Amino acid sequence: MAAEFFDEMRAGEMMRDPYSGYADWYARQDPADLNRKGEDAEKLFRRTGITFNVYGESDAAERLIPFDIVPRIVSGAEWRRLAQGIEQRVVALNAFLDDIYHRQEIVRAGRIPVELIAKNVAFLPQMLGMKPPGGVYTHIIGVDIVRTGENDFFVLEDNARTPSGVSYMLENRETMMQLFPELFRDIRVKPVENYPQLLRQSLAAVAPPAAKGKPVVAVLTPGIYNSAYFEHSFLADQMGCELVEGSDLRIENGRVAMRTTEGYKAIDVLYRRVDDDFLDPLTFRPDSQLGIPGIMDIYRAGGITIANAPGTGIADDKAIYSYMPEIVEFYTGRKAILQNVPTWRCSEADSLKYVLEHLHELVVKEVHGSGGYGMLVGPAASKKERETFAEKLKARPSNYIAQPTLALSTCPILTGAGLSPRHVDLRPFVLVSDQIRIVPGGLTRVALKEGSLVVNSSQGGGTKDTWVLDD
Amino acid sequence: MLLGRTANGLYWMHRYIERAESTARLLDAGHHVALTGGSGVRDIWGSVLQSSGVADAFSAKYAESTEASAIDFMLRDPDNTSSVLSVIDNARNNGRMVRTALTREVWENLNEAWMKMKDVFSTPVTEKNLPEALSLIKRETALIRGAFEGTMLRDERFNFARMGTYLERADNTARILDVKYYVLLPAANWVGSSFDNLQWETILRSVSAHRSYRWVYEAQATAANIADFLILNRRMPRSLAYCMGMILLNMRDLERDYGTSHVCHSTAEALEKQFGGLTAQGIFDRGLHEFLQEFMADCNRLSSEITDSYRFY
Repeated sequence: MAAEFFDEMRAGEMMRDPYSGYADWYARQDPADLNRKGEDAEKLFRRTGITFNVYGESDAAERLIPFDIVPRIVSGAEWRRLAQGIEQRVVALNAFLDDIYHRQEIVRAGRIPVELIAKNVAFLPQMLGMKPPGGVYTHIIGVDIVRTGENDFFVLEDNARTPSGVSYMLENRETMMQLFPELFRDIRVKPVENYPQLLRQSLAAVAPPAAKGKPVVAVLTPGIYNSAYFEHSFLADQMGCELVEGSDLRIENGRVAMRTTEGYKAIDVLYRRVDDDFLDPLTFRPDSQLGIPGIMDIYRAGGITIANAPGTGIADDKAIYSYMPEIVEFYTGRKAILQNVPTWRCSEADSLKYVLEHLHELVVKEVHGSGGYGMLVGPAASKKERETFAEKLKARPSNYIAQPTLALSTCPILTGAGLSPRHVDLRPFVLVSDQIRIVPGGLTRVALKEGSLVVNSSQGGGTKDTWVLDD
Repeated sequence: MLLGRTANGLYWMHRYIERAESTARLLDAGHHVALTGGSGVRDIWGSVLQSSGVADAFSAKYAESTEASAIDFMLRDPDNTSSVLSVIDNARNNGRMVRTALTREVWENLNEAWMKMKDVFSTPVTEKNLPEALSLIKRETALIRGAFEGTMLRDERFNFARMGTYLERADNTARILDVKYYVLLPAANWVGSSFDNLQWETILRSVSAHRSYRWVYEAQATAANIADFLILNRRMPRSLAYCMGMILLNMRDLERDYGTSHVCHSTAEALEKQFGGLTAQGIFDRGLHEFLQEFMADCNRLSSEITDSYRFY
């Protein structure tokens, strides 16, 4: 295994530089003691209630995302390169959104096909001609990055709608500092704790024209049964702002206002964790109980900032993803610093033919899917599974894209028998506003099952603390 | 600034915690009497169910009240909306909803209480395990209260939570007294003689006051003293007068902070004031049962006035 995949910790017999400090410390530890700490960590998480709800199970089913105590370590130099690439990418994503909701120059220039926009369910015609406050569309972005070699980083996908997981990044660090304070004294790790403050500053900086004085920020959640509810309340808490539900809000005097014990109070910036479809029953799904009737009118009139803006899903759509190299170049005038994973669009006849012939070596994903659902990992699938999937693919080719099975890098996890490598990815979180803010680190997701390449928490993945070294 | 929904969540979280604790005390008292009363005790569990306000729901499910069925119904039956398991679940759901309005300590103690109770009540509690189960409830709710007392800012959040605690407590004490009101009535056979030992023990134990009663009054219980202690004594933390005083205190904080007075303020003031002019004898003359019924109805009205005044919904 070691020879086949790039390992973040070891290069053959040698320790890679970023891990040298950690490896020295690790060598001095008693393995039984470390395993006990791993159990302590789980108790800590359960006690704090850092859980997620699994859809389709009874509402009592609150699960923990398993946490592994071996950090994923990135050197300062590696991080600087990643950060540059991420920054370039989020600038391009916002420019792309502004363009397709206005003049659609990129379509006129023939760089991307018009059907991809016009026929896309993530494209919201209601946003045409709409300029959000500050000109920002996607304020909070999670960029999923995988590594296959010393210098080979790829963006697997962009999450430009409502990326989740940042609370795990913060709690993982908090937990590590509680369990291993001495490590943080010996090794200089860049802090991530200020993310909530940065998020608040970032949101306040794009307050709408109607805002008076210090902007009032609120987080909109679907409620306690949502799978990411913990994160919603965590962020509201850390930012020191209200956590609201649709039922708390109504339109008052041309503003979106929340019901307080002293009457209604206007909100300036709404960080919503409710999907586009549910945001406004008067504009989108009329049966939505989670949104605020009329909020889109107030939004258009400059009465509120909605972060992320409705309709940003068009930018992280997997079909659009395949055009990201062109998109980055079109809007920034430079080649993309971070590479895309080669992608076959099954809507194109040649590609479909290739994909069908090579199913056993490809990963096929639904264009609008997420969370690792509805995808086929060719090499891991049985012949029968591949045949069933091929039928679905032929029935609706444009619903799928395919990518080579990437040799994701591995990072060790702690097992009963010591360290053992598992595949990982990385989701750094980026804030776009008056300036771009990136906290050094992100959420490292790890496939806990040996050999598995699927890191999603809904599919048996866990998380790790991610260290960016201050070197 | 506080969301109406958050005020509501804080208020109900604390009502439910208080209810869990009150149920544990009732069961404790019932069990004690069942153990010590011998054959002289008539339908102690029926009376415990009644004091808990769940007698109707119970008889819809069981033909008669045995110890095992009463304990199971009150501790862990999901069909009983007031079972300890149901209310701790409700308390925790409310707590999750208002998590941003709680300190980390309060939330963690609540979450832990919920985890432990869910675990202990996943199987029926036998008589052998009952004392341990009841002290778990009392200990866990005390931990939540301790964290709350020690870490919460004395602001509107604190006030709404406290109003929930004391309204629930006042209601519970009134109910316990009302179920037993007939033993407190002046009847020919007890005047001048010692009052039924077991009966007063039950009442005082149900409000954890069997020891403190003796600090205040002579050792021998009399109906007038028990009524005085549980209704009028302002030093007794579960008396109606004390609870109403605390409700009013918290309401006045809100009045001062918000600069607004509501109809709930005048209701609470009138309710609190009446205790000043009352004596146990006066209450007996007027009719203890009628007095308690009226008080509970007033508490209900006060609760809905609070709900409306502060836009809980």
